[in-house]
Amino acid sequence: MGTTSIRRDAFRAAFPLTVPIAAGFLFLGCSYGLLMHAKGFAIWYPLAMAYFIFAGSMEFVTVNLLLSAFNPAAAFLLALMVNARHLFYGLSMLGKYRGLGWKKPYLIFAMCDESFAINSSARIPDGVDRGWFMLFVSLLNRWYWIGGTALGWLVGGVLPFSTRGIEFVLTALFLTIFLDQWMGERRHIPALVGVLASVVCLAVFGPGGFMIPAMVAMLVLFLVLRPYLDDAPKAGSAQAVGPAGSAASGAPDPKGDAR
Amino acid sequence: MTMTVWQAVATIAVVALGTMLTRFLPFLVFPDSKRPPRLVEYLGRVLPYAMTGLLVVYSLKDVQFASGSHGIPEAVAIAAIILLHWWKRNMLLSIGGGTVLYMILVQFVFV
Repeated sequence: MGTTSIRRDAFRAAFPLTVPIAAGFLFLGCSYGLLMHAKGFAIWYPLAMAYFIFAGSMEFVTVNLLLSAFNPAAAFLLALMVNARHLFYGLSMLGKYRGLGWKKPYLIFAMCDESFAINSSARIPDGVDRGWFMLFVSLLNRWYWIGGTALGWLVGGVLPFSTRGIEFVLTALFLTIFLDQWMGERRHIPALVGVLASVVCLAVFGPGGFMIPAMVAMLVLFLVLRPYLDDAPKAGSAQAVGPAGSAASGAPDPKGDAR
Repeated sequence: MTMTVWQAVATIAVVALGTMLTRFLPFLVFPDSKRPPRLVEYLGRVLPYAMTGLLVVYSLKDVQFASGSHGIPEAVAIAAIILLHWWKRNMLLSIGGGTVLYMILVQFVFV
């Protein structure tokens, strides 16, 4: 199989999974571009943020930062706090991104919520290259967002029909991935820990500041539950790895990180 | 705009830097050449499920139960997605069906 057909097969497997994200990102990116236009920013501002930051919620926060007094230290700390969840994405993807060569830095750079959700949960079909599959998921999602942002700045507000409610597509995406993981696993405690920690912390700390307490609560619960949940990596449970040669070469085998 | 262009560039740069630090840090601490500690491997196995749960809650964090439509459109659409996915287990059908139902509810039913 030549590299062209490896890429083509990976693209064919990856693209359908990104279609809901295209809908969500074109809409959300549009509203972001539109907001930046309304606040009087030139188009390079939202484009630079979409390109270099590529974290939707943080980009909306940055609009306010740009409109207040210059304080780079506070902006840096805020970015760390708002995006702290990426630390847990990274820990989850250590095995899946292992041994992917030049694709790995890009996969990490472009690891937004949606790309993480798909790449961490997708059952990549046999014979499809794991690295190219995840690369296409990340690349497509990234350019949906950048394209949506540009489109919103340029032509936002002229759509002939109402798109009210379309932002729910991202909730639907996360929920469907959650259900798919739930149905594919006999043990539901990790999923329940995530939901309970988040719901309780949301009730206690409110929508603005629940994420970091929720992550701390999850960490504590997983440490407490480790004797019950840590059933040692099973030798045969490693996920399907792409065709030899494209996957890990000499690197340790990706441990069976539960799909 | 209260900032100069260079102050804005610096602000965007530090936000990008902070964001990238959160994405790259785990991979810098545990590079391919080094096998992560057992504890980290364990967290890597359980966290994906928990983080998907967090993302579901996060995407619903601004729903108001006390006012407006009291979260009813969200609850109905979520129930529909669960039923659809349990029935057909087709991701695009579940996502598309749930979203279209939600849009109909907020545009025509709970206006």
